[in-house]
Amino acid sequence: MPVITMREALHDALREEMIRDQNVFLLGEEIGRFGGSYKVTEGLIDEFGPERVLSTPIAESGIMGMATGAAMTGLRPVAEIMTINFIMVGMDQLVNNAAKIPYMFGGEARTPLVVRTPSGAAHQLTAQHSQSLEVWFAYVPGMYVVAPSTPADAKGLLKSSIRNDNPILFVENLVMYNEKGEVPEGDHVVPIGKADIKREGGDLSIITYSRMVHMALEAADVLAEEGISVEVVDLRSLRPLDVETMIASVKKTNRALVLHEGWYKYGAGAEVAAQIQEHAFDYLDHPVVRISGQEVPMPYSTVLERAAQPRMEDVVERARFMLGRK
Amino acid sequence: MVKEIERTELEPTSTENRPAEFHESKEELHSLFRTMSLIRRFEDTGWEMYTRAKIGGYFHTNHGEEATVVGTICPLRPQDWIVSFYREHGHIIARGTDPKYVMAELFGREHGVAHGRGGSMHLFDYSRHFLGGYGIVAGQMPLAIGVGWSSKYRGQDEITLLLTGEGAMANGASHEALNMIGLYHLPVITVVVNNLYGMGTTVHESAANPEIWKRGEMYGMHGAQVDGMDVMAVRRTMQDAMKRASNGQPSLIEAMTYRYRGHSVADAARYRSTEEVQSWRQQDPIERFYRQLSKADLITEEERNAIDESVEKQVNAAVEFADSDEHPDPNGLFDHLYVDPPAGVSL
Repeated sequence: MPVITMREALHDALREEMIRDQNVFLLGEEIGRFGGSYKVTEGLIDEFGPERVLSTPIAESGIMGMATGAAMTGLRPVAEIMTINFIMVGMDQLVNNAAKIPYMFGGEARTPLVVRTPSGAAHQLTAQHSQSLEVWFAYVPGMYVVAPSTPADAKGLLKSSIRNDNPILFVENLVMYNEKGEVPEGDHVVPIGKADIKREGGDLSIITYSRMVHMALEAADVLAEEGISVEVVDLRSLRPLDVETMIASVKKTNRALVLHEGWYKYGAGAEVAAQIQEHAFDYLDHPVVRISGQEVPMPYSTVLERAAQPRMEDVVERARFMLGRK
Repeated sequence: MVKEIERTELEPTSTENRPAEFHESKEELHSLFRTMSLIRRFEDTGWEMYTRAKIGGYFHTNHGEEATVVGTICPLRPQDWIVSFYREHGHIIARGTDPKYVMAELFGREHGVAHGRGGSMHLFDYSRHFLGGYGIVAGQMPLAIGVGWSSKYRGQDEITLLLTGEGAMANGASHEALNMIGLYHLPVITVVVNNLYGMGTTVHESAANPEIWKRGEMYGMHGAQVDGMDVMAVRRTMQDAMKRASNGQPSLIEAMTYRYRGHSVADAARYRSTEEVQSWRQQDPIERFYRQLSKADLITEEERNAIDESVEKQVNAAVEFADSDEHPDPNGLFDHLYVDPPAGVSL
């Protein structure tokens, strides 16, 4: 299998779907000549022209409203919002329009669109550029929120998302674009709504998504040396939430630790913990543990920034504690 | 510091004495007159049904605005699209949707245009390219960028009519929408139905420059203001804008009108004087159109009576249909939330 970066996987998915379906077009800030803020769309304007790779003004309401209107009338727009931090100024279009139109018009309309956007924190980007807001959208019935952790999943899930008839927030991670991984050749498609066991284990389930999958895998390596066998469940989408897979894992390991970048209270961990107590309460040997980002706006100092983010050492330490080890 | 603006009565600028020129056939003119009368009757009856608790939620009527509705929507061709807002009962009726399905929606019934999921603010008819009523002020405007873009992308000769109120023009979404419509030369005609009040706030209290049509130039559009109480004047302005739209020039039309009732059923409209309302009622768009037609010997009193009778019958039949229609099945609560959702997964 070829090894490519996350960026290349996303790029290839876009390109292949644009070749496959004439109705697929891209829109967003700086996605044309500039190649995209994270260079995912680089070169596509040369191949498909400025009508299918539309560079827009800085207008998030305009972009997501435009995508919704185009989707209602037969196109399959893929919008790029430069980072999830800018999504709030246009959020009404996604939440009140794209997500609700199919339902509130009684199934008479469809909004097949994808909004791609990087989430997460790093590089001292500070308070207004280091957020994980995807849970806000996962809260909304009518939305799908997809968040891959590997190049293979990124490619397969993006292709599925573009072919899907529902409005989808496709969450990338701003520090993962250069991460490499094997990606199957050919028309590689990953179904939406299916979690993936990234590592099998019997003592503890770490339930996570996006970049934190890799922290969980690192922690699992460390714990393995101590004889603790960790199962890593990559949710891959926050809505649909694959409750079945994560519950099956917890029933096997009897311990669950939820790990994510976003804030603690009302975060993804809160929902996962609630699902576990509803569906696997009798199987638990330890209360569900949540590890998340600290509840502060992201500070600038490298020391403070590190302190505000989940740490692998904490995952290892909490896991040991859950198993009664010191 | 914000000073309260001293309020004066907002009087209509009448074009009553403008000689009406009719190029249309008598049948066509009667059809316009009938549609205006139908909308008025529909709203009268809807209001009554609301007070009898047959209809719930919010209820915004087109009373007094019929010329802006019929003048802009009736000239459209079947392939053209409409994106509207929450005061849209008349809009969907003018587009040709049978009032009985509209009334059924207001009653919250299964055979309503949105199968009882939408209600007054969310009427929809894809078969007539009526892309819906929306409840967030200005929130519908960015959709029109995409609809206009889609027509161009697909290479189709289609025009999009974007309807909005003047209150929306103070909201940021209106700027993003109009800027992009102008920037991409989209075949979109934006009609600002200026009824002078956003709820109880006058246009002078919400717009730094209340002459909204002048913003057309700034967005690279043709800007025009029209007497929204004169259906033929609105129609001519719309037809002109349609020609421009087909040539890739969008328009911003400001139609000056007045809503006779409050913002919604819940609003007693105490923020304006009886005299002001009266001065506008004298310009009533239906009566004015009747006077114009009558002066040109294009309608008789008998013909008008027949029209009135026929719309009354039609609206009564709509109520009968709506009242006897079934309620949506509670087992269908989750229908239409997703298209082909994956099986066995918590959505």
